[in-house]
Amino acid sequence: MAQTIAVEARNAVKEFGSGASAVRALDDVSISIREGEFFTLLGPSGCGKTTLLRLIAGFEMPSAGKILLNGQDITYLPPNRRPVNTVFQSYALFPHLTVAQNIGFGLEMQGRPASEVKATAARMLALVKMEAFANRKIGQLSGGQQQRVALARALAPAPKVLLLDEPLSALDLKLRKEMQIELKRLQLETGITFVFVTHDQEEALTMSDRVGVMSAGKLHQVGSPKDIYTRPVNRFVASFIGETNFLPASKVPGGVQLGCGAVVEVAGLTGTGTTTLTVRPEQVRLATQGEAGAIPATVRNLVYFGTDTHCYLSLSDGAEVIARLQSPSNGDVGLETGQTVALRLVQGAAQVLAD
Amino acid sequence: MSDAEKARDTATVRTSWLLSTPALVVLTFAASGPLLIMLVYSFLTKGQYGNVEWVFSTEGWRSILYSEDIFDPGVFVWADAHLTIFWRSVKLSLMTTVLTLAVGFPTAWFIATRPPKSRALWLFLITIPFWTNLLIRTVAIFEVIRNEGVINSLLMWTGIISAPIQITYTDTAVFIGMAYVYLPLMVLPLFAAIDRFDMRLIEAAYDLYASRLAVLRRVILPIVRPGIIAGSILVFVPSLGAVVTPRILGGGKNMMIGNFIELQFGQGRNWPLGAALSMSLLVIVTVALLVYVRAANRESPHG
Amino acid sequence: MADRNFNATRLPGFTPIALIVFALLYLPIVLLVAYSFSGGYSVSLFEGLTLEWYRKAWENEAVQSATLRSLTIALSASVIATFCATLAALGTTRRKAFRGQTFIYVMINQPLMVPEIVTAVALLIFFASIKVATGYQGLGYLIAAHSAFCIPFAYLPIRARLEGMDLSLETAAADLYATPWQTFRRVTLPLLGPGIIAGAMLAFVISLDDVVITEFVKSGGQDTLPTYMMGQLRRVMTPEVNAISSVLLALTVLLLTAFFLLTRKND
Repeated sequence: MAQTIAVEARNAVKEFGSGASAVRALDDVSISIREGEFFTLLGPSGCGKTTLLRLIAGFEMPSAGKILLNGQDITYLPPNRRPVNTVFQSYALFPHLTVAQNIGFGLEMQGRPASEVKATAARMLALVKMEAFANRKIGQLSGGQQQRVALARALAPAPKVLLLDEPLSALDLKLRKEMQIELKRLQLETGITFVFVTHDQEEALTMSDRVGVMSAGKLHQVGSPKDIYTRPVNRFVASFIGETNFLPASKVPGGVQLGCGAVVEVAGLTGTGTTTLTVRPEQVRLATQGEAGAIPATVRNLVYFGTDTHCYLSLSDGAEVIARLQSPSNGDVGLETGQTVALRLVQGAAQVLAD
Repeated sequence: MSDAEKARDTATVRTSWLLSTPALVVLTFAASGPLLIMLVYSFLTKGQYGNVEWVFSTEGWRSILYSEDIFDPGVFVWADAHLTIFWRSVKLSLMTTVLTLAVGFPTAWFIATRPPKSRALWLFLITIPFWTNLLIRTVAIFEVIRNEGVINSLLMWTGIISAPIQITYTDTAVFIGMAYVYLPLMVLPLFAAIDRFDMRLIEAAYDLYASRLAVLRRVILPIVRPGIIAGSILVFVPSLGAVVTPRILGGGKNMMIGNFIELQFGQGRNWPLGAALSMSLLVIVTVALLVYVRAANRESPHG
Repeated sequence: MADRNFNATRLPGFTPIALIVFALLYLPIVLLVAYSFSGGYSVSLFEGLTLEWYRKAWENEAVQSATLRSLTIALSASVIATFCATLAALGTTRRKAFRGQTFIYVMINQPLMVPEIVTAVALLIFFASIKVATGYQGLGYLIAAHSAFCIPFAYLPIRARLEGMDLSLETAAADLYATPWQTFRRVTLPLLGPGIIAGAMLAFVISLDDVVITEFVKSGGQDTLPTYMMGQLRRVMTPEVNAISSVLLALTVLLLTAFFLLTRKND
């Protein structure tokens, strides 16, 4: 993968309001997005991801810090002079123009000749498979079709970076799945850097080359989907992405000791003191009684989910653990509420969190 | 905030003012500014043939309430005629407000509960009189109630009466006329309030054993109260300042404040008094509006 | 007998009252129009259909000049008011609250709050001194006065339209390389169009209807249609006034219908 940096935010701070009532939407965020990658900003609503996007687009100015595009400072450049286009959450398609006129709008504003505008618009319509709708008004399109037009409109001027602000949130589940695949295809076909904002962790994991996880105006972790799922750096990242168990523990040589007394091996751990152990439910397995490293537990509740069964367990110190067990062919995992069982954590799956 | 952000905010505010300037200039020149000049005029001495002499005087304001005895200078008597006019204006305006509310509420309710398609048509039917020339509507009602008009002709034709009933040029005529011309001003805000009203609340109230009257008193009226207040103000304020309707239907004798002010700039030739009366009317209207704003604000937290 | 279907929204007596109200509201107007076609001089009795009164009004030079003057004033005032109101609406909506915003609102809506007679006499006082000082007696005073009280009527629909407009449309235009001026011309203005036309039409109707302020501001011989009618009313009532009223009424209904079609289409 090319390692050239397309967009960079340096110590970006954005405050709304002033004085005592100021709200810090973005708190000293630095991030580098590589050229040609599909980068996702993931976080709950109000975490600052959309603010960061708007800083890159030029709709807002940072209170402090810089925004760079291909190494050039564009912090105070107005949006109409940045080679960056946005797909808006509400699509923001011009209701008084046709589909083709919407798509050609950016090129027209750039002063390109009419023939080029027309040709590019036609090419973009083909790219998003909307050729038949060129002369429709926006009001005559369905949500999914509007989404495609919004994409084509933003791609038409061939921007250096395409910003997508939760573009799929208004679509129903089936259409959303279709558009996820479509987006990935468009990104590969055009080779344009995509910066995608979402609060949907599944969307982030399935589409992105890299993901940046944010909350409360801070950027917590940047990494590949596998990285952030298997090696979360803190409690927030671990809990926001996927389901997970948190177990209080104290550091001992070679690993950590849980409240119930069991010791779990964790490689490369130093020092002493209390910490938190995290382990994904699918990495918790049933063990045979007396097996080395087995942890005794009591079954509290069983919930059948079809492909798997969620087993709610409690350890001897009262700590709760969820195990996701694959459902056998008859659907019955062979456990009963109140039964005592032994647990095993898959080797190397448990992580110690910094906080 | 960074300097760039501050600079942009300042620029936005400057644009706001710049864009508003043409409107502000026109309004200052031909609406608000002259009000201030009128305030000055109310403290001047009246001229012989109208207009004023530039000598400070509080005569204009004083003569609203009492006047100097013509035969006995230095003796002041209450200006009964002025007070009668004030009282008639307030009384007729209140009566108009009450009547339009009484018949306007069922009308607004009727419109709001029509099916969506015909609702637009009923609403349109209320809007036409609303925008129709007030003078035309006053002429229309005048022709109905005058001695040779439809009502009297009909009653005489059927033999119920032998001589026409004199309605025009009475307080009753002014009352009927104002209720007629200002009714749409009551119905429209009432409709807006009732339209927002969630009709399921009525079903809920019935479900909880409320009687029809209880539903109206305890559920509907409290919730549509902002509409009632808005409609009342919209009728009361123009009624109080009415000129055309009382002039045509009251025939110059049954004056209201508006006609009385008008008179001071015509035959009365007492500009300072006219200016002082205008300012008084303005104060009354402002107080009414402030009461409305407070009532509306008190209402808003409840939704 | 109880209703077979329980209808919670029905309140006893409301429907008859409403229907009577509608009947009473329209009866005088319908009669007025009917009389304008009546042949007799007495407006109380029908004496055959005729267009005589319309012809008389049409041939009356005073009516002709008053009509022309009314239209001139209404047209000029609605253009000026709509221009001012559009700019003001752009300047006061969809932005952070700023110092003086309330002042601007109060100024713009002031003509709606101050009784007409108060404004009328204030303008009489003010313009009288200007007339003496400059010697100018033209239509300018009437146009200025009408423009001022038409501004809030033009402002309301434009503002409503602006507030209903998706702010991200203009952001999108800027994102697609449009300069602020291009954004205004290509996106904001076309979308604002129906609001501006609606505002101009309301201003036109309001100006055309005015009696009180016009009476006080006009110089000698500057009758508009409503003040001419007012003058006629002081004498004997003739069906000629009915004919003029009917024409004005038709004009209002026409403009209103256009207004409704215009605003509804864009919902």
